[in-house]
Amino acid sequence: MQPLFLPGPSVTLRAILLLIASVAVMVADHRWQHLEAMRGVLESYVIYPLRYTINVPVDFIRWADRGMSSHKFLLQENADLKEQQLRAQVSLQKLSVLERENDRLREMLGAKPKVGERMLVAELLVIDLDPNRQQVVINKGADQGVYLGQPVIDAWGVMGQVVHVADTSATAMLISDPNHAIPAQINRNELRTTVFGLGYGGRLELRHIPHNADIEPGDLLVTSGLGGRFPANYPVARIVEIERPVGETFAKVIAEPVAHLDRSREVLLVWHEEEQVAPVSTLVPAKESAQHANK
Amino acid sequence: MQTSRCYRVVIPTMLFALMLVLLPLPEWAHAFRPDWVTLFMIYWVMAMPEHVGMVMAWIFGLLLDVAQGTILGQHAMGLVLVIWVVQLTYLRLRVASLLQQALVIFFLLLAKLLLTLWVSGLIGQAPENIVLYLLPAITGALIWPWLFIVLRDIRRRYTLTKHF
Repeated sequence: MQPLFLPGPSVTLRAILLLIASVAVMVADHRWQHLEAMRGVLESYVIYPLRYTINVPVDFIRWADRGMSSHKFLLQENADLKEQQLRAQVSLQKLSVLERENDRLREMLGAKPKVGERMLVAELLVIDLDPNRQQVVINKGADQGVYLGQPVIDAWGVMGQVVHVADTSATAMLISDPNHAIPAQINRNELRTTVFGLGYGGRLELRHIPHNADIEPGDLLVTSGLGGRFPANYPVARIVEIERPVGETFAKVIAEPVAHLDRSREVLLVWHEEEQVAPVSTLVPAKESAQHANK
Repeated sequence: MQTSRCYRVVIPTMLFALMLVLLPLPEWAHAFRPDWVTLFMIYWVMAMPEHVGMVMAWIFGLLLDVAQGTILGQHAMGLVLVIWVVQLTYLRLRVASLLQQALVIFFLLLAKLLLTLWVSGLIGQAPENIVLYLLPAITGALIWPWLFIVLRDIRRRYTLTKHF
């Protein structure tokens, strides 16, 4: 027989207690990031198996597709890849010569040798997160040495950085997320700036750019390495639009990421050895550099 | 009816709801995705309020937060609020027709979305298009009658409760 009234303490009392608990959890998570460990445990033991299960049919279809593609197609693809590899090899040869030259010049100048970088290939899980946030999940986690704030790049440029780490997976925030900022400089004239995500359409924005700044559409933005989080000289974005509204203090500059944010399936995780803190640029206000140090 | 026996059906269906939330959809369909976890939870609380309650809703809310990458506690709070209303009114909800239920569900989902929207705004992550953000309330209400029938059949097959 079902009771007419629910047993235990009153429903409203329990609701109030749980609402208080929710607010406490939210404050702890947002203000002090105390709950990363709890998030990691829930992610590793509950959510990751679910994600993995969803991914199985997708992987199966891809595997079956590979198994059934024709011999001719594979030969064609093989030839294409060989050619691509040859081209890459040629440019690498030139690069190694340049690198040696650069090392010699640095030595002559008495400058610090360039820092080494280690990379690991990770795969994106075919997963949808909150449509209002620009985030992706990758299949490498704390077990592979992934750490909070680690840069994530693809073959074309910077994609974003790791924001949550679980044992065997991690969540990365893309550079197009409205909460993301990345210190960058224009490749042509080394003008330093900060690139903010806009959240929609994969667009980026440069703020606090004076009207007379030397920026043109088509300029390539590369990481400046100033925040200490991203290694220097990786391509970030290309300027697509500049508006200089009369009567406003700053120009409106829109850029497009060069990384294929919505198409790349393989991404690279970068470990770069900690550099000494570079002198802070006078062009970036101190308040702002502190802001992206927090991100 | 033993609570543990109910959990053997309720928890797998709730995990299935989480999988539906994680399931990849084409870009245009993102905004239409109903809040599966809330819908499933509302059903189980309506059907078995003596076994499934707000604590479970809170836990699945936290899992939803982890799954979606939102701030921990955001969905948990919304879910607790919705389930609180359902626990107070489940006797009246049960006797309502499916269409009337769908209307109530619409307002419950809307309340949850507005609450999470408010939290997003507080921490500076407000979405740029409010109308698109509230769309899942409509799709959730539209899908409710079908979901209700499917879950009722599941419940009857496992003879969890004789009445209702």
